[in-house]
Amino acid sequence: MAGLKEIRSQIGSIQNTKKITKAMEMVAASKMRRARERMDASRPYADKMRQVVSHMALGKLEYKHSFVKKRETVKRVGYIVISSDRGLCGGLNTNLFKKTFQDIADWKEQNVEVDIAVFGSKALSTFRRFGVVAEATGLGDKPGVSDMVGTIKVMLDAYEEGRIDRLFLVENEFVNSMTQTPRVTQMIPIVAAEMEEIEYHWDYIYEPESKEVIDVLMDRYIESLVYQGVVENIACEMSARMVAMKSATDNAGDMIDKLKLKYNKARQAAITQEISEIVSGAAAVA
Amino acid sequence: MATTMQLDVVSAEESLFSGAVQELIAPGSMGDLGIMPRHSQLITTLKAGELKYKTDDGEVSLFVAGGVMEVQPSMVTILADTAVRSEDLDEQTAKDAQKRAENALEGKDPEDLDYEAIKAELDAAKAQIEMIHRIGNTLR
Repeated sequence: MAGLKEIRSQIGSIQNTKKITKAMEMVAASKMRRARERMDASRPYADKMRQVVSHMALGKLEYKHSFVKKRETVKRVGYIVISSDRGLCGGLNTNLFKKTFQDIADWKEQNVEVDIAVFGSKALSTFRRFGVVAEATGLGDKPGVSDMVGTIKVMLDAYEEGRIDRLFLVENEFVNSMTQTPRVTQMIPIVAAEMEEIEYHWDYIYEPESKEVIDVLMDRYIESLVYQGVVENIACEMSARMVAMKSATDNAGDMIDKLKLKYNKARQAAITQEISEIVSGAAAVA
Repeated sequence: MATTMQLDVVSAEESLFSGAVQELIAPGSMGDLGIMPRHSQLITTLKAGELKYKTDDGEVSLFVAGGVMEVQPSMVTILADTAVRSEDLDEQTAKDAQKRAENALEGKDPEDLDYEAIKAELDAAKAQIEMIHRIGNTLR
């Protein structure tokens, strides 16, 4: 039987852990609220941007940006993986990486090489052995587009120069505060979001030149996609952490209850033993 | 009932307007543009200035600085870098921004990388002040 003292110190240490997980849960909950607000605020822009760009992909435009043209042969593909900087957020990053590994394995089977750019130090440490070409870590809770531009540009340049033939974005999708699902989307070449009608036969009137306007738009489009992904991932991270910490707190509570029961039983056993010793001692004397 | 088109004005931070409008006037980088419903497809970059649109409830104006406008026959989408509702415009803040930009420009080489960015900021601040004055005059 475990000694009373050991059980007591065990309870003490679990109680401390419980305090920490409880505090982390509350911090994550309040950060999640703010992260969700930011995510919701940036969503309309990204949605509208996607709409405009899918119009462009459908129209007959005089100037086809290289992001719209499909390349027939695929020799090398690029991935931008968005993860969190910190752990203790349940299976969020693990699920995302599993999905990415699957995709990479599929490409490797077709003899296609993979280049990876990462956001977040968790992805950096996981994908380091695959050869990370660009990274951005420690973006904090309030990332700015300017922190991401450099990393994005590396991949876009790689595409322009023909080093990669496709670019994918891997991110967590915020379904609700309990559910986050990993999602892989093809960023370039751009695929029309929804085919509303069969091909259009119109072109835009451009002001100023077509190339200038479209170049600006395309850069903004990719930036907004990645920015949206990063912001969404923060909301995912916070809610995943909140849920993970909540279950950790609950588990700690259960463990404490069980240990307390064990402690009480042990104490009762010790008392019973003492009494029986005294009684039998008295009987021997008498 | 006049014909209308769907207008969406969004900036990176928020969605400012979404609804039916009868006409709009936007500050295109090559000059102001008036758009009516069933306009042919057009895409343009925007400069800092006033965006006016007419809804069933009357005329509304917004301040936009930079961005892209896409026109489709039945809808217009404005992706602004910055957009401010006219009632939120503040002359003092705009003037401060103008001062800051002017100071930053002083002694800067026009070839400098930041030059363009600061110049754009300065133009935005100037356009804001101008717009505040115009709105102020019509109110008086």
